[in-house]
Amino acid sequence: MIAAAFGDWSDWRGAADLLLLRDYNTRVVVLGATLLGLTAGVVGSFTLLRKRALLGDALAHATLPGIAIAFLAASALGADGKSLPLLLAGAAATGVLGVGAILAIRRFTRLKEDAALGIVLSVFFGAGAALLGVVQQTPTGHAAGLESFIYGKTAAMLSSDAWLIAGAAVACLALSALCFKELMLLCFDAGFASARGFSAGWLDTLLMGMVVLVTIIGLQAVGLVLMIALLVIPPAAARFWTDRLLAMTLLAGAIGAASAFAGAVASAAAPKLPSGAMIVLCAASLFLFSALLGSRRGLIVRYRRRRRFLQRIAREHLLRAVYEATESADSATFARLLEMRSWGAAELRQLIRRARHKELVQRGPAAEVRLTSRGLLEAQRLTRQHRLWEMYLITHADVAPSRVDRGADAIEHVLDPETIDELERLLDQRRLGLPPESPHAIDPAPEEAPR
Amino acid sequence: MTPPPVAWSWELDGWIIAAGALCAVASALLGNFLVLRRMSLLGDAISHAVLPGLAAAYLLTDQRSSLPMFLGAVAVGVLTAFFTEWVHRVGQVDEGASMGVVFTSLFAIGLVMIVRAADHVDLDPGCVLYGAIELTPLDTWRVFGLEAPRVVVVLAAVLLVNALYVALLFKELRIASFDPQLATASGFGAGWMHYSLMTLVAVTAVASFEAVGNILVVAMLVAPPATARLLTHRLGVMVLLSVAIAAASAAAGHVAAVSVPAWFGYRSTTTAGMMALATGAGFTLAMLFAPEQGVVSRTVRRVRLSLRELGEDVLGALYRADESHDTPLAVEELRERLLCRRMPLRLVLLRLQSRGVVRPTDRGVKLTETGVALAAQLIRSHRLWEHYLVERAGMTPDRIHPQAERLEHVTDLAMRRQLDSETSESPTDPHGQAIPQERE
Repeated sequence: MIAAAFGDWSDWRGAADLLLLRDYNTRVVVLGATLLGLTAGVVGSFTLLRKRALLGDALAHATLPGIAIAFLAASALGADGKSLPLLLAGAAATGVLGVGAILAIRRFTRLKEDAALGIVLSVFFGAGAALLGVVQQTPTGHAAGLESFIYGKTAAMLSSDAWLIAGAAVACLALSALCFKELMLLCFDAGFASARGFSAGWLDTLLMGMVVLVTIIGLQAVGLVLMIALLVIPPAAARFWTDRLLAMTLLAGAIGAASAFAGAVASAAAPKLPSGAMIVLCAASLFLFSALLGSRRGLIVRYRRRRRFLQRIAREHLLRAVYEATESADSATFARLLEMRSWGAAELRQLIRRARHKELVQRGPAAEVRLTSRGLLEAQRLTRQHRLWEMYLITHADVAPSRVDRGADAIEHVLDPETIDELERLLDQRRLGLPPESPHAIDPAPEEAPR
Repeated sequence: MTPPPVAWSWELDGWIIAAGALCAVASALLGNFLVLRRMSLLGDAISHAVLPGLAAAYLLTDQRSSLPMFLGAVAVGVLTAFFTEWVHRVGQVDEGASMGVVFTSLFAIGLVMIVRAADHVDLDPGCVLYGAIELTPLDTWRVFGLEAPRVVVVLAAVLLVNALYVALLFKELRIASFDPQLATASGFGAGWMHYSLMTLVAVTAVASFEAVGNILVVAMLVAPPATARLLTHRLGVMVLLSVAIAAASAAAGHVAAVSVPAWFGYRSTTTAGMMALATGAGFTLAMLFAPEQGVVSRTVRRVRLSLRELGEDVLGALYRADESHDTPLAVEELRERLLCRRMPLRLVLLRLQSRGVVRPTDRGVKLTETGVALAAQLIRSHRLWEHYLVERAGMTPDRIHPQAERLEHVTDLAMRRQLDSETSESPTDPHGQAIPQERE
């Protein structure tokens, strides 16, 4: 095949030839796949946010009857049934019909998106299979290899395919750029879009039209599963990195292009690796990488964000416990702190160590915990917020004083300055800085008394 | 695949229909819950994703026997559902997208495994995906002394398991589908229900792929339940309907596969494809003509309602014309008063004439005796409402007409009595026009 010309990876000149795309066939395949990855990534971003990620799947299956019909019709009229434009036109026709059916099912029945996609996918594909059964009986049917049309062979891409892809890519990218603002509205708030005078129906049609174009051009070049993967995986991966649509579309395009490039090159280097599968696997690795490390929604970032939040809450609980302990008794010994909340000794010890590290508390001469001046300020602020909220619950929400501690405990960490101002105004508490007296007994907390 | 003989024979075609119907019913049973859980595309995802399972089973056992391949495919099918859920939940990826990511990746892994390790043998993914239902009668087993095709026996077993699962756990499935939190709170894990359902879907799908091809399963998992969903609001009825639709589609599909191509001079075509197409036909019919939710049914109801209202408006207009002594009223004049289009007005007038309510004269139309009585009731409703709206609802007389215009169509004798008793005795409405008396 293509890669036979290069020998293997150990030959660095072969590798350089490969990466610089010196060979014409490799150049066509790699560039075509890369362009397709780029375009599919951009278009897929919109469909992903519109919650129609699998539209390409349904659409790709819906092209099969069109291909068969085009072939049958052309053969019946004496034309060449295998001519590419004809088959593409047939594919596009039933593809559009399938999309129309999906929209109609969504519009006129109470079935959900997934059911609409599933029905169109399976019924159209069934029709296609039935028609192919007829096609196989025509004299030229076997030679036509229409089935390979849907499973395409990336490595056998011709320069005409690459030009078709380039044309579709330019059209889709230009449309996306021109209608970017409108498509953004459609993705995030279709109701608002129609209120602003953009018809959501037309925008949906435009978006689906782009999906049809990319899918049909891509389908015959790279096959069904790869086409679906290119539409779904890069946008889903890009979503882990950003909350902004523009960044997401660009990134999805880049991820799509990169995985297509890497996959096609890898397949050219090692002829035993099917290029379509390699492209999908490259995209899937990028997806995994993004899912773990993504800077907005990646697992690690989300885990650390959550851990930091929980640590802050625990630290704030410690500071308030120390403050309230020194308020009622003279010193906050470890034993005294331990019975103030339901925390374990090891947990409390670790909390105190962390707080000392942050110079919020220090150990006194009798090993009791003392607030530093910074810690005192912070503790006063927290205790004040806690008690203001308790007083608010008592006076304005009619909650019994013995019950307010829990509620305030949860909310003290997230009160913003405006809310505090409002609470002060409501409760007539203008003594800045110092916390008011606790509205309930602190020692020990009432609901924790019977142990 | 070998084309089945054109001549119909129960010996062959009967078994093919039986295999198709068994697969269809087994899939449709589970499909109800997939449609409700918005996982309709799971069948499609599994049908692409089983590839690595087949390849792994082949590599491990080095033979193409059915059982290891079956187990490998089922394992990967369950994994597909599991990964989809995991990517959706943990990665916060949209459900459809997570399914897309998972099944394309698994398919690619399977493809690489096959090409890398098994390229010297003939392991054709197409053969798995397009299992040939037409070959059903050729491979038979003896069960309980009866000669039956292997495929039919396998699918019957699968159907039995699915039916038992749905029948025994119906209540739990219902709660878990509509309200997972409630299910978990009631003591049976919604998660457990989810994965047991997914396992059965995988088993059904894989068993059917080999027997009858994936097209049929993917279609039967979605289309019959979705069709049934358009016909009823009750889950129990929906399950039964979907089963009936699935079986009927299977039979109709095979008949069509044998007979339709013959009309165009071809031999019979792919049965599984035709069966899928038949479910599509059933769905289209339901979408158009379902008694309550069908597009056509709803349109017909709306048109009939608006024609009835127009008829009542005609009566009202003629009655008011009578009051100001300009009847008979020319049709064109009537049209201008009612601001309606010509066609519906003609229709309504014809209908009113046939009921003996209006009568055409040379200068236009006029109410008959019965017509006057009917119209008087309507006008009484209208004016009683106007009276009520001013006196009890505190509206000003210049705003009440459109309200009364709408309410008059839905006001019956009992309501007129109520209106009459709740307002003060008055011979006229707020505009000063006489309120007609009630007739018995």
